[in-house]
Amino acid sequence: MNINATLIGQAIWFALFVIFCMKFVWPPISKALEERKQKIAEGLSAADRAERDLVLAQEKASSNLKEAKEKASEIIEQANKRANQIVEEAKDQARTEGERLIEKAQSEIDQEINRAREELRKEVSALALSGAEQVLGREVNRDAHKQLLDDLAAQL
Amino acid sequence: MAASSASEYIKHHLGNLTYGRLPEGYERLDHHGDVVETLQTSTWTFAHNGQEAADMGFMAFHVDSLAWAGGLGIIMCLLFWLVARKATAGVPTGFMNFMESIIEFVDNQVRDTFHGKSKLIAPLSLVIFCWVFLMNLMDLIPVDLFPKLFEWTMVTFFGWDAHQAYFKIVPTTDPNITLAMSFSVMLLIIGFTVKAKGFGGFVGELAFKPFETDNIVLKLLLLPVNLVLETISLLSKPVSLGLRLFGNMYAGEFVFILVAAMMGTWQFIGAWPWAVFHILVITLQAFIFMVLTIVYLSMAVEEH
Repeated sequence: MNINATLIGQAIWFALFVIFCMKFVWPPISKALEERKQKIAEGLSAADRAERDLVLAQEKASSNLKEAKEKASEIIEQANKRANQIVEEAKDQARTEGERLIEKAQSEIDQEINRAREELRKEVSALALSGAEQVLGREVNRDAHKQLLDDLAAQL
Repeated sequence: MAASSASEYIKHHLGNLTYGRLPEGYERLDHHGDVVETLQTSTWTFAHNGQEAADMGFMAFHVDSLAWAGGLGIIMCLLFWLVARKATAGVPTGFMNFMESIIEFVDNQVRDTFHGKSKLIAPLSLVIFCWVFLMNLMDLIPVDLFPKLFEWTMVTFFGWDAHQAYFKIVPTTDPNITLAMSFSVMLLIIGFTVKAKGFGGFVGELAFKPFETDNIVLKLLLLPVNLVLETISLLSKPVSLGLRLFGNMYAGEFVFILVAAMMGTWQFIGAWPWAVFHILVITLQAFIFMVLTIVYLSMAVEEH
């Protein structure tokens, strides 16, 4: 318990250790800790940013999807409309074609009828002529009674 | 154990291994009180007993205290150096993490209290906290282990007498150690004050406080009073700082020695609960020494 030169020895130890730590221990460690702090902060902010980006990307993706869906339904609608239109057109065409065919057939029938009538008329006028010849007993001058015969044929 | 041998045992445990200078014509006694030799010249030697150690006066070193303090300090510095060498901003390994947590703890204490800029104070606090803690930690080693080993070594290999093989392994139970540190801190306080406020500021703080006045006559009258008060206040800081640590550790060590003296081989029954309690004390004392150092230094730098 005597106070002696141990004081000086211990003070020297103390100074040595403090100087050692000041020169070789504290600066690198505090620098490393500071760097790590910064690194962690950067990492955290990067994570935040990534999270935000993710949310944005999701929003964008969902809006894209929605847009695509809308477009698709629009296209389908248009296609349906177009198909209906085509069907209508086809129907119209078919109808007009049918009508045309019917008309043609009708006109052919009419022609046939006319021709038949013409023939019939000729035959009737010939019959009438021969009948009249037989009735009159003589030859009727075809040229002299042509007008009369034609009138008769036209009345038939 | 008989009373006389118990008191001898305790005394032996409280003595330091002292290497110092004995004056010319000094009569060396053996432990029976007979004169063994009379020194022809002043001699540097190991003290054979407490009386010799006291008679060496100031020119003596406590070899055990200095060796343990220095050894522990070197181990501490090596550990720190290992960590510092491998310190990266990457992921720390377990041991490095542990050391870094100590460093961060000290750093936080310094930042909380000391608001000036100083490259010294943080490593200083780190050394104080860790070193004092390690020195205190030696208190938990069974009191007889190292002294008996040392005694056996010296008696067997160097032919010493068992009575002269003093060995204390807890440096902080030696007031020289604690006071050396606290007075070093006082020098730093003075240094910080001079650096922050100039030499005039330092002297002014000693001379014109705590009783302040604008009257020049009163100022001169109060000067001696202020000087005495402030000098006492300046000196009381290191004295209280050093003696607080010394007193706590000495008392703790004394309890361990008493338990060992009373119970002998069965000392662990009594020593174990005290050791558990003492874990708190050694940490707390190291912490208090560090915090008070920071507080004193920040007081030295800040304006009142």
